[in-house]
Amino acid sequence: MERIPILKMGDFLLVTIQVDMYDRLALNLENDLVQMVHKNGSKGVLIDISAVSIVDSFMGRIIGNVGTMSKILDAETVVVGMQPAVAITLVELGLPLAGVHTALNVEKGMALLQSKIAIDPLDLDMQQDEGVDDDQPE
Amino acid sequence: MTSLNKETLKIRTEQDVIVFRQRLREYVVKIGMSVVNQTKLITAASELVRNILAYAGEGQATIEVVSERLQTGVKIIFKDSGPGIPDINKAMQDGYTTGKSLGLGLPGAKRLVNFFDIKSEVGHGTTVTIIRWKR
Amino acid sequence: MATNSTTSLLIKRRKDIFQIWVDHQVEDPALRDDLMSNDELRNQSEEFLDLFLQAIKSGNLEDISRTEYQPIVDLLTGISLSRAHSGFTPRETALYVLSLKKAVIRVLQEELENDPASLVNEILNISNLLDSLSLVTFETYIQGREEVILRQTSEMNEISTPVIRVWEGVLALPIIGTLDSERTQIVMENLLQEIVETESNIAILDISGVPAVDTLVAQHLIKTVDATRLMGAECIISGIRPEIAQTIVHLGINLEGVQTKATLASALKYAFSKMNMVVTKRK
Repeated sequence: MERIPILKMGDFLLVTIQVDMYDRLALNLENDLVQMVHKNGSKGVLIDISAVSIVDSFMGRIIGNVGTMSKILDAETVVVGMQPAVAITLVELGLPLAGVHTALNVEKGMALLQSKIAIDPLDLDMQQDEGVDDDQPE
Repeated sequence: MTSLNKETLKIRTEQDVIVFRQRLREYVVKIGMSVVNQTKLITAASELVRNILAYAGEGQATIEVVSERLQTGVKIIFKDSGPGIPDINKAMQDGYTTGKSLGLGLPGAKRLVNFFDIKSEVGHGTTVTIIRWKR
Repeated sequence: MATNSTTSLLIKRRKDIFQIWVDHQVEDPALRDDLMSNDELRNQSEEFLDLFLQAIKSGNLEDISRTEYQPIVDLLTGISLSRAHSGFTPRETALYVLSLKKAVIRVLQEELENDPASLVNEILNISNLLDSLSLVTFETYIQGREEVILRQTSEMNEISTPVIRVWEGVLALPIIGTLDSERTQIVMENLLQEIVETESNIAILDISGVPAVDTLVAQHLIKTVDATRLMGAECIISGIRPEIAQTIVHLGINLEGVQTKATLASALKYAFSKMNMVVTKRK
């Protein structure tokens, strides 16, 4: 079955969507991402949609779901690189994706994830509790 | 309104949705629609095709290049022989859903196009017509 | 109907009709010889008259939507459109067909002097026909003007929404005049495109020049803010006058989640602090 590859980069997971999404592909991605977050104890998920030209309500829901599900698993989600036409369309559609963070590109998205983790003291406490050896700079 | 070019595509599977979107993109690119309007139209069409698959199982979509007065645009007619919609006013409200979606499909699609018309008969099916002008 | 005889009669007197018609046009004080030379007018009129006589040969003097009238309607459409574009007044444009009517009636009068009954009949027929044609002139003239207005509107929309780079990573967009949905689209498109190109994190929408904010305008502003956020940038709304703050509250518009500042200066200050920058006076 066709799948979208998920790259693990330290505490983060990186997904670049390069193809026209259809429903099963999107559902698989949602499932895979949540599994990966759980398995790796990831702190952040970065979804690059710069190559995606259509995001309809279904795709939007998947993105929102990934954000909420990751949040429950204590990971932040950043969507990066949304095209202007897609942003305008989502707003008109009535789907402003209020729950997810956004950034202009992968680099800025990474920086945002770093800062989200750094400023959340609860996160640091929990990392120590779980015994994850990760020195986060304050 | 004069018709310039017309094509009907069957909608039966998820793969048909991809094919339909690609064909539609070819049409809108050919008439030189702006990228934002392209995206709006294809997204709206995507919502409506998804509705066909979700509620009727199968149907068809007719893409047509039309022109009227000073404008050129693309008209799409979505037709299915599904269960139909008992209360169209309710279905056109934001957030109303019978459980298979976010409930943005119909009202959202309407906001993305210049013309939107829906006709439905319980037990006989639903026909939705949309037009997006080039400019 | 005796149209056949009239038709052949008109064809026979083609030269005279043409002369009277052109004289009418040239004599008219409203003649725009500044916009169109007399030779041009002659050629145009001659072509028109030929097509007209061609069309009435069919015997159909009523329905100008039939194919035999296609060439003349096309020509007339072209003439009216080009007149509308080059600045002729509606009167000058309408006069074109109306003066042909005068010429045709004059010739009919001469020919049918002794037969008043058929004269009236023929004049009625021919003037109905020419009236229909002159309606075409008017419709297409208006259409031509509409095209001009549309073009000007879109030009105005384009130039009235400049996106300014006020600092590296900070864009400002002063909005002058009211925000309707079409203008909002252009504002959004320009702003988002510029955000991509300059990789700016902050956009300031200054509404000092917006006369009033009602529910609809507020909705458009919120849409722009939402779209900017989806791109990964932050949008600040500045230039909110006290009376606008009052209306916003009175109308119950919810601007929660939208960063607002009273002036462009304070918005810029906020942008600097967001970017961890300080502006200090040199000692």
